[in-house]
Formats: sequence, C-alpha cells, structure tokens
Amino acid sequence: MFVLDSISHRMRRGCQTMAYPDGPAPALPDRHGGALRVEPGRCPEGCGECIPVCPTQAIARPPGGTAALDLGRCIFCAACVEACPHGAIVQTGDYRLAARKREDLVLGGKGNEEVRLARALDEKLRRLFGRSLRLRQVSAGGCNACEADINVLGTIGWDLGRFGIQFVASPRHADGLVVTGPVTRNMELALRTAYNAVPEPKIVIAVGACAIAGGPFVDSPEVRNGAASVVPVDLFIPGCPPHPITILDGLLRLLGRLDEKAAGRPVQGK
Amino acid sequence: MSADSFLPLPNPSSTPWAGVPEFPARDFLAASAGELDRGGRLCSWFGVPEGGAVRIVAVIAFDNENTLEVARSEPLRGSYPALTATHPQAHLFEREIWEQHGLEPKGHPWLKPVRKDRGAGPAVGNFFRVDGSEIHEVAVGPIHAGIIEPGHFRFQCAGEEVLHLEIALGFQHRGIEEALPGGPHRASLSQIETASGDASIAHATAYATILETLAGGEAPLRAQWIRVLALELERMANHTGDIGALAGDVAFLPTASACGKIRGDFLNLTAILCGNRFGRGLVRPGGCRHDLEPERLARLGRLLAPAIADAEEASRWFWDAASVRSRLEDIGIVTPRQATELGLVGPAARACGLVRDIRFDHPAGWYRFAQPQVAVWPGGDVFARARVRWLELQRSGRFLTDELGNGPEGEIQAEIAPAAPDALAIALVEGWRGEVCHAALTGADGRFRRYKIVDPSFHNWTGLALALRGQAISDFPICNKSFNLSYCGFDL
Repeated sequence: MFVLDSISHRMRRGCQTMAYPDGPAPALPDRHGGALRVEPGRCPEGCGECIPVCPTQAIARPPGGTAALDLGRCIFCAACVEACPHGAIVQTGDYRLAARKREDLVLGGKGNEEVRLARALDEKLRRLFGRSLRLRQVSAGGCNACEADINVLGTIGWDLGRFGIQFVASPRHADGLVVTGPVTRNMELALRTAYNAVPEPKIVIAVGACAIAGGPFVDSPEVRNGAASVVPVDLFIPGCPPHPITILDGLLRLLGRLDEKAAGRPVQGK
Repeated sequence: MSADSFLPLPNPSSTPWAGVPEFPARDFLAASAGELDRGGRLCSWFGVPEGGAVRIVAVIAFDNENTLEVARSEPLRGSYPALTATHPQAHLFEREIWEQHGLEPKGHPWLKPVRKDRGAGPAVGNFFRVDGSEIHEVAVGPIHAGIIEPGHFRFQCAGEEVLHLEIALGFQHRGIEEALPGGPHRASLSQIETASGDASIAHATAYATILETLAGGEAPLRAQWIRVLALELERMANHTGDIGALAGDVAFLPTASACGKIRGDFLNLTAILCGNRFGRGLVRPGGCRHDLEPERLARLGRLLAPAIADAEEASRWFWDAASVRSRLEDIGIVTPRQATELGLVGPAARACGLVRDIRFDHPAGWYRFAQPQVAVWPGGDVFARARVRWLELQRSGRFLTDELGNGPEGEIQAEIAPAAPDALAIALVEGWRGEVCHAALTGADGRFRRYKIVDPSFHNWTGLALALRGQAISDFPICNKSFNLSYCGFDL
C-alpha cells in the first residue's frame, strides 16, 4: 500500500465519531429493552411468579412489600417481564443504569420504581479526575463480553479519549480500577494487589452483573460475588454486558460531564 | 462385560450409557491409542465418578469419516498408564482428570494442576526452567497490560530468544462444570452463554443441542437456521476484531481503526436478532427465543452488505501493505505435525493446512443443508492464521448473504420432552475459535450427572506455547493475537 492510498482511505471514511453527548445517544437495539421499572401498584400481594424464573436470583419478595428487583444482579434476560401476569415489571428502553450505591439498583416500593442514577463525584475528586481520568482494567473472571464492550469505547466510533478518559497498562499510572467478572477466588489476590498499587485518592468501577453481584455465578463456591466483596466500589454499571452507551453514560455521569439535555430521560424507541 | 471396539456415533447424538463400550484400564488405553493412531482426534477425555472410583470417557472424532466414537473405561482407582506418554493431545485432559478426580496418569511428563491452585495460586509452583548463565526468566500476568482476561505466561529466554513458554491458567475458574450436575438449573443456560462470553452462540447451541438430543428430538428448522445466522455473525465479528487487533499490534492503524468499528457493526447485527450484542438470550433448548420477521430480516440484509464490504476493504489495505506482510510471515510457526499431535482445532489448525471444520466434517443443525467452504492456508505462521480468518470472514459473509433468503417457514420453539435417563449425549459446534464440544451424562432421574465442556482454547493454548519457541520475545503479542484464545473458556 502506498502512503497516498492510506491517506485517501482515511479521507474517504471521514470522521466516524458519534455526536453524543452533544448530539443524541445511539439508540439501543429494539429488542434490548433497556432498564427495567417496577410498578408497585401492579404488583399484588401473594404473587411471586417472577421469582423462580430469574436465573440470577435477582428478585425477592420481602414480607409485606412488593417484588424487589435487584438490577445489580439482573442480566436483562426479561424472563420476569414475560412471566409477570400483571405487567408490574416493564422495560423502559432507557440505556442509563449506573448507580453510586448498591441499594440504588434495587427496584420496588414507592419512590424506588427505577434506578436512582449515579450522581457525580464530590467537588474535590471531580477537580482531580473530571478532565483526566486514567483507569486500569482488571478482569477477575469476566467472560470477555464486558471487556470487549469496554474496549469498544476506545474505537473511533466512541473515542473515549475525547473525554480525557484513558485505560492504562499499570495500576501505578491509574486513578482507579474498572473491574469485570465475579472475582474468582483465583483472582482475588491479584485484584487486591492491583488495588493497593493504585495511588490515593482512587476510585473503583464495577462493570457488569458479575462484577456487581456475581451475575450467573452468584453463590458459586469459586467466586466472591463481585468486586465489592474485595474492594470498595464507587460506581456500579449493570448489564450482561452493559451496552457501551450504558458504560459511557456511567463514566460521564460520575465525572459530572453530562449536561441536563443528555442526562434527561429518553423516550423508548427514540 | 468388556468390549472390543469403540461405538460410532454421528454429531449430535445420545446413546444409552449402558451401551457405551466398556474396557478394562489397559485395554482402554490401548484401544484409545489405536484409534488416535488410525487418524482419530481426541475431542474430549473426562472422568465420571462412580462410587469411590472414576470411569474415563473418550470421545474421538474421525473427521474424514464424519464420525465420532465413544468408549469408557471400567471404574478406575489410584492410577492408570498415561496416554500422554505416546499421544501428546491427551496431556491437558489427563492433568484435568487428575485435578478433578485424583486419578493419576502414571508416566505423564508434566503433571500439574490445570485450573485449581490447591492452595498455592495458579501461577505458583513448578515451572519448566532452563538453566544457564545467559538464561533469564520473564513472568507476565495474571493481569495484562490491555483490557483482556488474566493468565500467566512464563518465558525462558536466552537474550531476546524464547527457548520455552509455559502458560499457567486457572485465574478465571468460575466452577461452571461443578455447578451443572443435578441440573439443568435455572442459571445453567446463562452460565453456558458466559462460559466463553465472545462465543455465546456456539456454547449455547451446543448446550441446547445436548438437551434436544437427550429428549430424542431437535429444534424446529427455522430455529436451527436462526442459530446458524447468529453463529456466523459471531464468527465475522470476532474475525474482524482479530484482524484489526493484529493490525494494531504491527502499528498499521488504518485497518486497526476501521476494524474496531466494523466489529461493532457485526455485533449490532446480532443485537438486531436478539437485543444483545453477544447473542445472549437468543438460543434456548428447543429453539430460539426470537424470530426474524420479514421486516427485521430485510433490515439485517440491508446492514449486512455494507458491513461485509467495509470489512473486506479494511482487510485489503492490510494485505496490500508489504510492511504488514513481512511482519507476519515466518513468525510463530506451528508445523502440521505439531498441530496434528496436539489436536489443534479451528483457524489455528486450518492455518497449518489441516482441513478440519465441524461445519463440514460433522455437520449438524442447518449446516446439514449448507456450509461455507472450509478455509485452509499452509504455513502455520501468524500470516497463515490471519489469512484463514480473512478467508473465513469472506466465506461466512457470502454464506450468510445466501442463507438470509433461505429461511424455512415454521415455528421457532418446540416443547422438548424430558431428557432420557442414563444416557450420554455429545454435541459439537464449530465456534469462531474452533470446535466446541459438550458432553452430558444423565442419571436415573434424567438430570445431569456429569457435564463436560471442551472449549477450542483447551486444545489450542499449547499451540501458542510451541509457536513461541525460537521466536523473539517481542513477537509474543502478535503470536498471541493470531491465536486469540479464550482464558475463561479454558478455565470454565
């Protein structure tokens, strides 16, 4: 290939980076369904049809309450949506799912119909990381799907670098860790060591159902049911794997980089 | 009752456990060795606990005869003479049986754990070492520099030259096989889909096929057609990603950038089918969860054509550049003989000139009616492995384009009967990395008594270790990318 060919291919392809967050977010696939919502009014007492169909034991029924759906455990298979005879669990089509606290992912009961989305880091950390965040990724039993869709953020379509976010090769160069996988017993020591090698102040982001709560491997004797059992976690991004837009939204939300327009709730099918 | 020959079976099949030929230990080893010597390939070799003893089950493929064969040993205790001593393709299987059941293969040249640490951590313990004043050792991992899965590589080097590479895995072990007995459980399908998460369709298809075969039926044809569309999309996404990653590793950025994007285009096509970019939730025992209505089919076709054209164009820049070709040629060579002896599968084997492809040799499902041409390239080097991916990318593209219009009418999901009790089922699927082999044994209640998964990476990691011999250590990244094996698929 001649240099001129290279340049002409490059020119023909043009800029392929998406407009988001200044423009609209890329639409989720129509069959994706997005975030779930639990309608407490439609969840009658005594019904538990959704509980046994969930492969990751994400749904419980506390005595006297409505179904409690833990989106941290959820792999978004929609089995509960199909199983519920009352339409109490619905898909919203919303790609935004990231939360700062584990309990913010548990749906059910008045006021908790949906995920309580992540707020930004405090002012001090935001000043440090807001325009330059270096992350070290640790796969601790990840199946290579979360890893792949984190990698996607580095491609030309997403161009994570434009936000000042970069994945680095050493924890010593990093401001935080991104953990995927349920944290296998065999990776526990390595994860702990990597965490200790990151200089303070530092953050930890758990990506995917496995890293949040063990995912399909919850309660397997070979895993630790997620990153939070080994290191403190500052951001939880649900999904199996989370769609790249869900991961990016979580990162930008944490850094306080989303303006009101992008942070608003989109309409299904948009 | 002792048998005198293996039982021939097609792919997939289910057969009564009592009818699987049974050999005393020495005869079993001799018979297995004999089958491998007459051209067989070890697909699976695993233990089934029985009382306090363990039976070994052998699954051997005769690719040219389009036949599988199975046999089992009598219950064994303590030890047995290792097959590895004469047939290296058994080496990891025998280590695994020793680790899982404590049955010692006597005479195994390198007996150490495969996944479990036995309290010491997978990377701790004996490594093969080269001694000498000029020799140094390089240890890499478990955590690597990129966004990839963990594993440990131990190089013995003289200067830049790698004399030996030993690969220690097990960091990803999530206990999938241990969780399956007594199942299917409600998490089983999800666990199988994430066994090797970039090959979800391949593993889910093998698992669904096992349950359908045990029930004495198969999924409706339309579901089999949809599964094949998804499997080929999975292949194209990953091959595109691999070509891009190789381009990135040789600093050829036009292809690296373009392929990163195009890989996503293929993943998005899978998401049109089922909502998930990795095909989660599409394949189910008895069929598929989602249909491909005419409008959706038309949309898929409309988006597939430019994705294929883009992938081919981006790959052409790569092949047209002399600087790229010269960087890939004669690097990381695996000879056809080594590939045969190790039982390599998938693109890694086909890049050594071996014609082995389950879609063609042991066709099941929709591949009984149509198959893409098998892509083979001689040489066994990084160039050949990249070339085979490129050929497969093009052929899968043409195959998909043709098959989109050939969908049969009908249901996509059938009720499946309860699984046959006391039966052994085997299903092979050609995933994008190669042969995915699932074997299940049911108990008297029709539930799993033993479930054995062999990911193609289980066969192929040793191929990467051999490819590094005599290479500069700086060639490791492109050698590794050219195989692009699964850590979690190996570790399970």
